[in-house]
Amino acid sequence: MGAAQDHVQVSGLRITAPAAGGQETPIVSDVDFTIPRGQVLALIGESGSGKTSIAQALMGYARGGCRIAGGGVRVGDTEILTLDASQLRTVRGSRIAYVAQSAASAFNLSRTIMDQVVETAVGRGLISRPAAEAKAVSLFRALALPQPEAIGGRYVHQLSGGQLQRLMAAMALMTDPELVILDEPTTALDVTTQIDVLRAFKRVVRQQGATALYVSHDLAVVAQVADRIVVLQRGRIREAGDATQVLERPADIYTRTLMAAARPPAQASPQRPAPQQAPPLLEVRGLTAGYGRVEAGVPKIPVLRDVTLSIAKGTTLGVIGESGSGKSTLARVIAGLVAPAGGQVLFQGQPLAPTLSGRTREQFQRIQLVFQNADTALNPAHTVSRILGRPLAFYHGMDGRARNRRVAELLDLTQLPAGLADRHCGELSGGQKQRVNLARALAADPHLILCDEVTSALDTVVGTAILDLLAELRRELDLSYLFISHDISTVRAICDDIAVLYAGQKVEMGPRNGFGDAPVHPYTDLLIGSVPEMRRGWLEEKEMAATLPPLATAQSANLCCFLPRCAARVEGLCDRLPPPRIVLGGGNELLCHHDGQALQHLQRGRQSAISP
Amino acid sequence: MTPTVPLREESMAKPASTAASRVRHWLSGLSTSGRVGLALVILWLVLGAAGPLLAPYDVGAFVSPEVFDGMSTRHWLGSDYLGRDVLSRLLSGAQYTVGLALASALLASATGAGLALTATVSPRWVDEVISRFMDTLISIPSKVFALVLVAAFGSSLALLLLIAAATYTPGAFRIARALAINLNQMDYVQVAYARGEGRLYIATAEIMPNMIHPVLADFGLRFVFIVLLLSGLSFLGLGVQPPNADLGSLVRENISGLGDGALAILAPAMAIATLTIGVNLLIDALPGRGRRITGGR
Repeated sequence: MGAAQDHVQVSGLRITAPAAGGQETPIVSDVDFTIPRGQVLALIGESGSGKTSIAQALMGYARGGCRIAGGGVRVGDTEILTLDASQLRTVRGSRIAYVAQSAASAFNLSRTIMDQVVETAVGRGLISRPAAEAKAVSLFRALALPQPEAIGGRYVHQLSGGQLQRLMAAMALMTDPELVILDEPTTALDVTTQIDVLRAFKRVVRQQGATALYVSHDLAVVAQVADRIVVLQRGRIREAGDATQVLERPADIYTRTLMAAARPPAQASPQRPAPQQAPPLLEVRGLTAGYGRVEAGVPKIPVLRDVTLSIAKGTTLGVIGESGSGKSTLARVIAGLVAPAGGQVLFQGQPLAPTLSGRTREQFQRIQLVFQNADTALNPAHTVSRILGRPLAFYHGMDGRARNRRVAELLDLTQLPAGLADRHCGELSGGQKQRVNLARALAADPHLILCDEVTSALDTVVGTAILDLLAELRRELDLSYLFISHDISTVRAICDDIAVLYAGQKVEMGPRNGFGDAPVHPYTDLLIGSVPEMRRGWLEEKEMAATLPPLATAQSANLCCFLPRCAARVEGLCDRLPPPRIVLGGGNELLCHHDGQALQHLQRGRQSAISP
Repeated sequence: MTPTVPLREESMAKPASTAASRVRHWLSGLSTSGRVGLALVILWLVLGAAGPLLAPYDVGAFVSPEVFDGMSTRHWLGSDYLGRDVLSRLLSGAQYTVGLALASALLASATGAGLALTATVSPRWVDEVISRFMDTLISIPSKVFALVLVAAFGSSLALLLLIAAATYTPGAFRIARALAINLNQMDYVQVAYARGEGRLYIATAEIMPNMIHPVLADFGLRFVFIVLLLSGLSFLGLGVQPPNADLGSLVRENISGLGDGALAILAPAMAIATLTIGVNLLIDALPGRGRRITGGR
């Protein structure tokens, strides 16, 4: 491919960050790649691989403290790195546009969406305000946003994450940029939303004929959008090439590691103990919880409705659902941080007090909570040894030497170097923090660990290592987990049983084998079908979800909660009567009007996303 | 409760063998501006403590025939509007400003932060009671409040200290409460609650270390306000009683020399400036706060 054809050319790019003692450490070195006009190149790698730094360097920008130390970036016939500040300003936002990961924090809360979408184009005098608004509306329509004429008048809090992400893309495309940089634009979205957003992005970028750089850590997502793939590790290129070639015949061992981590293999579950007469370790009965004043047993903002589940000793229960489905509230209720409005939580056959003050120290000790985000779950003012030492002193009365010895053991157990003990958690990497987070729970010597999205904030490779660690700890220490996640492949990899939550209701629950193939609940079917597969063309094969006709009757609390989105609903039945609980042959318990055969028939065409 | 500069050094002095090296280590971590601040603070602490002993003349003695005299070998900082030695008055006045303002600012910030932590980790009604009481306090005009109290009890240093502290506690409380309420929602605090920790531990070990820096910055601000409040009270004749004077009242009483640029007004004004700037420089440079450098854009 001749250099004349390539629209974007990056050569010998070096970016450095300041290090202790006035030195500079390279965070990106010797990166070369080209993007032909109109193609999509994906930069893929773990966090710290320099992918965002490279993407920002394409706009001539380096994050606070960092410096573009060498190399060249050419877009069209402009050498970006030789431009001064005012020239860069005219290039950014008009010729090169950027779509960031979290659209929710990229919009101004106090101005309407339309104001912000047209701001750059109008502010630079490229287009008049009425013309800009007309163009924005056509972009909204192209991005498949609901009510394209009216959506511009809304504010951030009135829109969903997926809508905001698409609106941000519209903002970026307003000036007809020749290069669009998409930095992890779907990472923060639910899988069911991601698929729509990906589809909209792909179509619009193609229509505009723009060249695009797509930054992501998710190979399966990249497989859907990219023409070329560059794999990065620690600021260096490991592999670069055509998307099909990289995905089907990866040449580099690191690429293969990434691919393996993207789809964790199912962990062999330890021999499931024979059903005993003893009560299950944890039992949740008819739990209703939420926020606000409780009236007639229902809180003002209900989050969980009539949830029943149980965890036997030594087993893992996965809880899966979209954001807002009440997964985290479930963990908080069990931990005692949120008082339930109705129902009961039993631990080892004993009812747990609804609030913290009624619980015994033994109960606190046996149930430990591990939060998703280790950045906020570890006190930044404390050292690792203090964080781990506190539960030891608190529950076991250890001090001095015994405590230090146990801290060292815990670090060893979670595969952390002993030298970490005196560090503050701000000095650790994301994976190390999550291990410390886990080690703190283990320090209590618990029977049950509530894991709230523990791998969601981590890279796939690091996340897989944490999952392996969880499985190993479970074997060694006979632990039980309540494992909360939005990622069905993660849950299927490590859980014995799976419960699916939708809008605070348990719509399906059963052993994990029951989730391998049809029939499953229509919502579970949607979840499984929305996980991108790691091959090109999957997105195109996936038929567009038929837009459902609006409901004839108003949604009532008794009816099936999935009704507005259900493709399998039956008029006159589903919108009249509450759904019954049915039990399928595979042991799955469903909340649905259809029986197993009908669901089997509806879902027959589906290829299982994850082969059992 | 609120670790201050002297407290900090005291806590470091515990293991005698390593204390020196720890102080040295701490100093080496301090930025240049932090060291300047530390030097100024130490200078004023020393002058506050030893000032009256160093003063060459008696504080109320009329020693110069000239008013608003310039520098001379007899009077290093000249003379004031009544012909008294400015240096002597400055050295004697430092103890009131440094001692009184520092003590009341400390008291205000510590009480405010302590009540804020209590309100945060206690049941809702405790928070309501404390917050409404603070609202009541904040609605009383501080000068009128001071006037009434001084009229009732007569002016004394202890009363001035209490007045200044009471005036600035509600503000300190509000800021500390806003910080503590936010921190109380952090995951690590929630984990501590779920561990069954007591309220005292959560307030002191989990929340307080993370709000100490903003609280100290607020303390620096309050210290400046209290210096001004005390000098205002002195002007009304309610503060430090003549012939003694704090730095603020030295500025006030020599205000007529402002047109001539007299040293009698410049010297105490400079003294207040170096003291407050020193305190704030030191607070801004306290260790563990690399935010401006690492998080900056």
